[in-house]
Amino acid sequence: MADVLPLLDVRGLSKRFGGLQAVRDLSFTLREGEIVSLIGPNGAGKTTVFGLLSGFHVPDGGEIRLRGRSLVGLKPHAICALGLARTFQIVRPFPHLSVLANVEVGALAREPRRPQAQAHARAVLEQVGLAVKMEQPAGSLTLAERKRLELARALATCPSLLLLDEVMAGLNAAETERIVELIRAINGTGITILLIEHVMRAVMSLSARVIVINYGETIAEGLPREVANDPRVIEAYLGDPGEAHVGAAPA
Amino acid sequence: MRWAALAGVLILVALPAVLSSYLLSVFIFIFFYAFLGQAWNIVGGYAGQLSAGHAAFVGIGAYVSAILSQQVGLTPWLGMFVGGAVAAVLGAVIGYLGFRFGLRGFYFVLLTVAFAEVCRIAVGNLEVTGGAIGYYISFTGNPWQFQFQDNRAHYYITLTLMLLATGVAWLVERRRLGAYLAAIREDEEAAEALGVNAFRYKLTAMVISSFLTGVGGTFYAFYLLSLQPNSVFGIPLSVDIIIRPIVGGTGTLLGPILGSFILSPLAELSRHYLGQGGWAGAHLIAYGILLILVVLFIPQGAYPYLKSLVSGRSNG
Repeated sequence: MADVLPLLDVRGLSKRFGGLQAVRDLSFTLREGEIVSLIGPNGAGKTTVFGLLSGFHVPDGGEIRLRGRSLVGLKPHAICALGLARTFQIVRPFPHLSVLANVEVGALAREPRRPQAQAHARAVLEQVGLAVKMEQPAGSLTLAERKRLELARALATCPSLLLLDEVMAGLNAAETERIVELIRAINGTGITILLIEHVMRAVMSLSARVIVINYGETIAEGLPREVANDPRVIEAYLGDPGEAHVGAAPA
Repeated sequence: MRWAALAGVLILVALPAVLSSYLLSVFIFIFFYAFLGQAWNIVGGYAGQLSAGHAAFVGIGAYVSAILSQQVGLTPWLGMFVGGAVAAVLGAVIGYLGFRFGLRGFYFVLLTVAFAEVCRIAVGNLEVTGGAIGYYISFTGNPWQFQFQDNRAHYYITLTLMLLATGVAWLVERRRLGAYLAAIREDEEAAEALGVNAFRYKLTAMVISSFLTGVGGTFYAFYLLSLQPNSVFGIPLSVDIIIRPIVGGTGTLLGPILGSFILSPLAELSRHYLGQGGWAGAHLIAYGILLILVVLFIPQGAYPYLKSLVSGRSNG
């Protein structure tokens, strides 16, 4: 049990944009079936980490392995084919295509025949609760629905690891609650999830572990409750140690 | 829809029985440009990669099959596929450069125009192509040499080309390639994140499109029997190819055909009535005005507009 190969193994990952060291010597692992959150203040480098993992940025240094296989230097589509799917923080639906056609694009990654891909896309839309909007153009959806669509498209590629970039941002309390349930259900089907999230209530209730980064470096890692009380984390968020409390874990 | 398409095809097949020879030539014009528009539509419409140099493929297909027929004695019926293949190689080169180095929007437009211009200048200076004087094919009227006494043959050839290209576009649309091209057109990065190898599929679209366009070059050569680098490789021909699908609706199956049915007669009329007495090129003004109107009032093109009118009425 002790030496099981991690699903994702990140070692010494670094990325610099001009004068900005966006990610610095970042290391972490994800075990199969976990939900882990990546948190940190704005500009901490979280989205850059997603960009590096999914092949949109090429790291300056370090190693990324998915089930032991290196992802460094692979194109995003090849990484998706290996089972790592991501959503975008700023949702990017194909606005003129129907909701179904949007999800079908993801499904085609696993099933090249269109009728079968469409059937799979329908099933995914049922799962995320967008089935009634299937025929509508994606551009006509509300923000909450677009976030679901973003999730559905990634899910349709049948990933083993799903990277969710702020899928709750901008949602009201009820919508957030529903998407938390959805993420839990997706995880229940055996998909490992790495979340970037600012909604602390969701982070605390969903995650098995939390990784906190600031200025591109890991500053804390552990159980949600431990991390929330870590003085370095509090300092990163509030700049004033000892004064306040991050996001308040449900007591 | 299927029955309407079948009825339309049957009407077009029967039409030469009642057409005057002048109208016959107008229809040849319509079909040929619908065919070129449809071939362009695969990369320019479905994949959303705006090639403004498609004349290069017509020119290459035309010169290759003409020279093969005149110097080597290869029948244009085979030469057309050789011409298509050579055009596809050029399409692959342009596509490779453009897509590998991520040229988008205007940069890709410029790349395609540049290649067409290089072809035009090169062909205008080569001996084997007849240089700037052009290349002439002697008329024999022999069908084996793709020459016909009866214009109805040209009518059926261009009709076949149009239907063939439309069939290819239909296949593209229905397969994974079509779904992927639509995704690339909408948001290439998001498509990549969903496992779409954008480079590969854009290149595929470019190769199919340039092959078909190159095949059309054979018809151009053996219908006109004379090839001038400035007309067959020129920017005006590229514009003629692009404007029909844009007016009719890019990325739709019937857009290029509808666009050609609107624009080709218009071009013919203005050429006919305004072409003499210092008014040559007046059809370009008509194009310009029409294009402005389309962009202003029905930017998605005439076909999607008509479709929404029809479905709106049947719903209401």
